Amino acid sequence: MQDKVVEINGLTKSFGELDVLMGVDLNLYNGENLAVLGKSGSGKSVLIKIMVGLLSQDEGSCKVLGEEVIDLPAKRLNALRLKIGFSFQASALYDSMTVKENLEFPLVRNVKGLGTAEKNRLVEEVLDGVGLLNTLNQMPSELSGGQRKRIGIARTLILKPKIMLYDEPTAGLDPITCVEINNLINQVNEEYHTSSIIITHDLTCAKSTGDRVAILLDGKFSAQGKFEEVFRLPDERIKSFYDYNFINT
Amino acid sequence: MSKESPKLSYFLGKRLNKFFSGLASAYRFVLKFFREVWFPPYEFKEFIRQCYQIGYNSLPLISLTGFIVGIVFTNQSRPSLTEFGAASWLPALISIAVVRAMGPLVTALIAAGKVGSSIGAEIGSMKVTEQIDAMEVSATNPFKFLVVSRVLASTLMIPVLVMYTDFVALMGSFLSVNKNELVSLSTFFVQVFDALTFLDITASLLKSLVFGFTIGIVGCYKGYNSTKGTEGVGKAANAAVVMAMFLIFIEELLSLQITNYFRQM
Ligand SMILES: Nc1ncnc2c1ncn2[C@@H]1O[C@H](COP(=O)(O)OP(=O)(O)OP(=O)(O)O)[C@@H](O)[C@H]1O
Ligand SMILES: [Mg+2]
Repeated sequence: MQDKVVEINGLTKSFGELDVLMGVDLNLYNGENLAVLGKSGSGKSVLIKIMVGLLSQDEGSCKVLGEEVIDLPAKRLNALRLKIGFSFQASALYDSMTVKENLEFPLVRNVKGLGTAEKNRLVEEVLDGVGLLNTLNQMPSELSGGQRKRIGIARTLILKPKIMLYDEPTAGLDPITCVEINNLINQVNEEYHTSSIIITHDLTCAKSTGDRVAILLDGKFSAQGKFEEVFRLPDERIKSFYDYNFINT
Repeated sequence: MSKESPKLSYFLGKRLNKFFSGLASAYRFVLKFFREVWFPPYEFKEFIRQCYQIGYNSLPLISLTGFIVGIVFTNQSRPSLTEFGAASWLPALISIAVVRAMGPLVTALIAAGKVGSSIGAEIGSMKVTEQIDAMEVSATNPFKFLVVSRVLASTLMIPVLVMYTDFVALMGSFLSVNKNELVSLSTFFVQVFDALTFLDITASLLKSLVFGFTIGIVGCYKGYNSTKGTEGVGKAANAAVVMAMFLIFIEELLSLQITNYFRQM
């Protein structure tokens, strides 16, 4: 039995009248890439936001690296957050800062007594890792969508996280850039030995990055397993998901 | 009529509900500021950066407006004073008007438009593009980093700008007085300072502190609570200006009552 880095049981979350998550069970095992598929609005982003304490669940438990997120006091929550890399759906780069300042931000604020040379080395290392060394002094507004995604990923990598959460890493990108991002995700998994959750509604992305896929339908995970296994299931809803993607890509 | 009234009361109820829940959340926001401002980490660098942005970037606009206010107010007051043969009181009158009311008010209104809207828009867009969430997951307290630093910076810089506006307005006034009444610079300023009391100056500065705080906190509040989408950002910026201006006038009225109370003591 591999050890679980994320353990979610019976998680529910509603916003007013709207029930988004209705009893989610999910495990993420050490070292694996888990692709989470689901329709727009099914609560995928809500789920991973609960994992980092940006939102809190109504019921159920969400343990990350053995700690119940909702019970953590601010200090320990912050310590946990540093072990998690969160790549946002829209990249969330700080508009008023250059790429370099964006990358330095988590570093400067969380690692004390770091020399300038060491700082620059780390920044260049992650930036080189995502293949964008030439953008060091550019502003986020000057970058393309794909570049922004990569910088966003680089910014989370700079603190060497144990877990990576990617919120729709390939949404809105052209197919070639998608492949590049998929490769980057796999490369990160190998080099940094992370366990990752990749949220997506892009089946190509799920297939090429996920060791395992899980499908979020009507507030629950209805199927989990290897890509081929899941899409061989006789569930109409999963089939329609497959067809939808097939027709649209 | 009987058919209409439930509808009306429904909408009225909804309105009132919205108003009071808005008030409550604004109150919580201000309270949160006062809870967070005392404890480390202190975002000193960001504070300095904001001071520079708020203070330095407002200078051109404030210089121009202050100067024009000085000249216009002097020229408009002259005929009335001349009628009573009291044109020599012009410096004293201008001094009181500028320091007590015009300087703080003009500065605060301009800053509400310039600083308040830019804070509202900046924080609003950070909110809707999840930059605030991103700060939070990188273990930085976004309230401290964004809100506390900006509110402190505007609370400190508005009084500085007010003093500057006072000075520029008086210089504008001097040009006019110098040309028409042939008063020298030193005589002008002797008359200006003679007219002012300690109370005038402290009241003016305290009032400016409050104006500065208002502009900062309203901008941050509106931005922090802007709803999804780019439309929300524009609304936040707009609401920040309107709200801040409204509050500034209310505060002006209150401060008038308070200073009058002290003046009579
Ligand atoms: N903070 C919030 N307040 C109120 N409702 C919210 C909030 N966050 C999410 N929701 C609602 O929860 C539902 C799920 O949102 P979520 O962002 O998780 O969807 P998603 O699966 O990530 O979709 P997408 O693929 O479009 O990103 C949506 O209907 C959304 O309106
Ligand atoms: Mg989402």
